[in-house]
Amino acid sequence: MLTLYGQELGSRMLLGTARYPSPAILAEAVRQAGTEVVTVSLRRETAGGRQGGAFFELIRELGARVLPNTAGCHAVSEAVLTAKMAREVFGTNWIKLEVIGHHDTLQPDVFGLVEAARILAGEGFEVFPYTTDDLVVAERLVEAGCKVLMPWCAPIGSAMGPQNIAALRTMRAHFPDLPLIVDAGIGRPSHATTVMELGYDAVLLNTAVAGAGNPALMAAAFAKAIDAGRAAFEAGMLEPRDMAVPSTPVIGKAVFS
Amino acid sequence: MTYIVNGETLESSANTLSELLLALEYEGDWLATAVNGELVHRGDRTNHRLNDRDRIEILSPMKGG
Repeated sequence: MLTLYGQELGSRMLLGTARYPSPAILAEAVRQAGTEVVTVSLRRETAGGRQGGAFFELIRELGARVLPNTAGCHAVSEAVLTAKMAREVFGTNWIKLEVIGHHDTLQPDVFGLVEAARILAGEGFEVFPYTTDDLVVAERLVEAGCKVLMPWCAPIGSAMGPQNIAALRTMRAHFPDLPLIVDAGIGRPSHATTVMELGYDAVLLNTAVAGAGNPALMAAAFAKAIDAGRAAFEAGMLEPRDMAVPSTPVIGKAVFS
Repeated sequence: MTYIVNGETLESSANTLSELLLALEYEGDWLATAVNGELVHRGDRTNHRLNDRDRIEILSPMKGG
């Protein structure tokens, strides 16, 4: 069972709601994945409220818990205000905090991220920071009040999969009891399995599912991959070794010559 | 008065935030509003008087990752 800010969740797969071919396919992907948390955003409303209203209705029907984001925010003040507006709309203290530092890589501005996290935690928000795999930044975020961390494993939407296994391993070892969610960079189910085998608590996906040829089928594939990785972590895996070890016992083997 | 609503400059006779939302035909309980970079709660819109050249943001839910 995964617990995030006191909320128990059966599914370790968090899913973004963007880039699907249609709302119906998004709904089917959520159903196939069994996901209990979906990320959403806020944008300027130009149609008198009707555009956002249609999407809001769809999200309500999904029955999943909502994790609003501050995507696209580059300044601390912008991210903080967006978080407050998201709380007003969605009625949750949860916020996926993004403070983007670089246009091309969408790399987090970790300095602004820590500052924004501190402000928001002080105002009662339960912050899910989108961060890098830097350990010192992670410590600062925890000091700022974050009780969940969401390191990337590769740039957003890149589908490259884990680029720095050693850093992810170090972060897991350093925060054994803190929920850690890999957010961003996963492209295929085996990537998700890899980070779950490292002991990560959950995975947040969007493009890898939404951009697949059959998003609902891919959502199901990811759900299985995440469960498999988690079960493997809990079961305890063999470490690689240099020498061959016979799997069939040699004692009692017949001698014919 | 002149207001900047979601980045666009427009003229309106509305004096409060709720009047402005009505005049611009916004509807629904899923909107969030801010004036000059400060959140204005849903319940405070009726009493929030606007000033000339105020910058108003009106946001609503959208898909996101």
